[in-house]
Amino acid sequence: MPTLFVLIPFIAILLLNLFYTQKVKKLAYGAGILITLLQMFLSCTVIFKIAGNFFSAIEIKYFVHLSIDLYGAIVLFTIGLIAFISLIIRRHSDHAEIFNFSQLILIIMIGMNGTIMVTDIFSLYVFLEVTSVASFILIAKKKELMALNGSFKYLLMSSIATVMILSAVAILFMTYGTLSYSALGALLKGTATVPTQIILAIIFLVTGLSIKAGLVPFHMWVPDAYSGSGASVSILLAGIVTKAGGVYAILRLLMDVFPHITLIKEVFAFLGIISIVAGALLAITQNEFKKMLAYSSISQIGYIIVGAACGTPLGFLGAFLHFFNHATFKSLLFVNASAVEAQTGYKELDKLQGLGGKMRITAGTSVIAFLSTAGIPPLSGFWSKVLIIVALWQVGYIPYAVIALLASILTLTYFLILQRKVFFGKPSAEFENTKEANRGFIIASLILAIITVLIGIAFPFVLNFFKIKGLL
Amino acid sequence: MNNTVLYILLGLLVFSSLLTVMIKNTLKAVIALALVSAILTVIMFLMGAPLAAVFELSVCAGLVTAIFASTISLTDDPTPEPGKNKKRLGRYIYLPIIIAVVIGIIFITKPGLNFTTVIPAVSENTVQNTLWHERNLDIAGQIVVILAGVFGVVILIKERSKN
Amino acid sequence: MLSIIFLTIVLLYIIGFYCLITTRNLIRILIALEILTKGITLVLIYAGQVSGQMSTAQSMVITLIIIEVVILAVAAGIIINIFNINDSVDVRKIFRNKE
Repeated sequence: MPTLFVLIPFIAILLLNLFYTQKVKKLAYGAGILITLLQMFLSCTVIFKIAGNFFSAIEIKYFVHLSIDLYGAIVLFTIGLIAFISLIIRRHSDHAEIFNFSQLILIIMIGMNGTIMVTDIFSLYVFLEVTSVASFILIAKKKELMALNGSFKYLLMSSIATVMILSAVAILFMTYGTLSYSALGALLKGTATVPTQIILAIIFLVTGLSIKAGLVPFHMWVPDAYSGSGASVSILLAGIVTKAGGVYAILRLLMDVFPHITLIKEVFAFLGIISIVAGALLAITQNEFKKMLAYSSISQIGYIIVGAACGTPLGFLGAFLHFFNHATFKSLLFVNASAVEAQTGYKELDKLQGLGGKMRITAGTSVIAFLSTAGIPPLSGFWSKVLIIVALWQVGYIPYAVIALLASILTLTYFLILQRKVFFGKPSAEFENTKEANRGFIIASLILAIITVLIGIAFPFVLNFFKIKGLL
Repeated sequence: MNNTVLYILLGLLVFSSLLTVMIKNTLKAVIALALVSAILTVIMFLMGAPLAAVFELSVCAGLVTAIFASTISLTDDPTPEPGKNKKRLGRYIYLPIIIAVVIGIIFITKPGLNFTTVIPAVSENTVQNTLWHERNLDIAGQIVVILAGVFGVVILIKERSKN
Repeated sequence: MLSIIFLTIVLLYIIGFYCLITTRNLIRILIALEILTKGITLVLIYAGQVSGQMSTAQSMVITLIIIEVVILAVAAGIIINIFNINDSVDVRKIFRNKE
């Protein structure tokens, strides 16, 4: 089963490129949609164990070092969902561009699926680089100056992160002679006191992974990359690429390799709290729609990291649920931002005014997304934030829990500013003729809004499901 | 004898990397980078990694130099920079200071950095066996990266004829 | 044996990072990244020699070199596009954000 997630997109790319005719170019879009739906279906079979044995039997046992557990399956489902959303929006582009875009989406899915399923630090690095290379190309595809600027900054910071992560891998390899998660976890558990070179390795690893995940103070590439890219690419980046790359790597390493080392957990908790506060404060001062959403993403990723840094099962559950919820509501916000930009042509907040009457569905789904981000019950964001804050309280990080709670108020502040500026109020004269967004945007935002509301309302069932699986 | 040669080569490595960052002309800096690759190849061969040394020589000293040279020729900056000679070398005044400070910190505090292995090596395969049987996932990753790179070069460098 | 190699690696890192920070040309940024990659290669080979598993270390170095070449090619493509738009590869002209 794990190999299928990496092999199916690869075979699709090969087939699409071998038979390179005009008809095949149109098929590329359909192939992309089909594969994202297939990924969602296969990951659901792992989660819910529907006909589990049948699908697990379709396994090509060539790559033996891949494995999926329940949390990995949730992330795989999220990847499929967000890739599906970002493909739906693109229904009206020309064929050559759709061909390139679909294939790059397939490559980035191979990269992200690989990051989730590996059991080895160096293979983690390899698939992180696959994701990064595909995202550099996707951001720079637009070929405007802001897009190239964002892509080059991302490339630069990603290469620095590579140097740091590989230094840490080299030191760990030097000391323990092995690279797999389980062996390293067992060996690190055995040591009573942490040797000095492991502390050096942890410093390098934290720096490198924080750059990849976009934590403060290494977040410089995030606003430029998110705002410079095109519509579907910014949805993909904000919704899943940063998270399935850097953030998932941090979560997996905290779960499997470093669960007994308190130094790394404290450092990540500290960085997470700074990210929550700094991201929220910087978002208030922004003038551009997508840049404000980018700083909000930094803040929410801070919540995920803080939840994981607790180390308790409740903390990890809260972190992964916030992972999924953030993917849905942040992608919804980016879908709406792209819809607004497509219809009005403006990116800056002070030029947009009073679009609520004209673009009703966009405004309505934005309200749902904002409330979920700020953590208002009964939407999904509230539940995952509550889990994280309770986990912080239980471990003893009481000031951090208070700060995380108060930051929700900051979140509400900047989103109210956003909502008021863009959607409420009277429309100015030039927006008299703006219509509702295209059908692709409407379908995407409705799907994501329904998921947000459903998970929020049905949350006791979700919690019960995880209790049954023994993760709580 | 072997150790002395290694030390001399390491010193040459640092010297040529200093040369690379301080040369004013970008093209000559790239050639100095190829020199760094060549010295690194010999060092790796002496340390017992012949296959990686060959890879480093053929790829980094060859392909990377070609990519840099073509990029430099395609982005030929026509505006000259007058009067920047003194300022350019002046920027590197801080480098010896930083190096001295870092090395001073390392030697004074002398942290318990103990680069020895805790767990001794188990079996010794050849590189071919390791690469193709145990780390075949890396090979798959490399194939996908190269595929992505091909897409990138095609998308970024191809200029669409305006209809 | 330990100190000299360790010293070289630290020096390579410092030189690479220093060049990264104080350069004014986009292509020199790539050269600085290459120097950092050489430092990493040396660290990995040294790790392989110390731990005795030279085959794993060599596989890591080979994979690293291939990935770095691909990243370099994509970066070169981006720089060429920046040059086509701006006619300059000066860092100060490009990284100034629009207010």
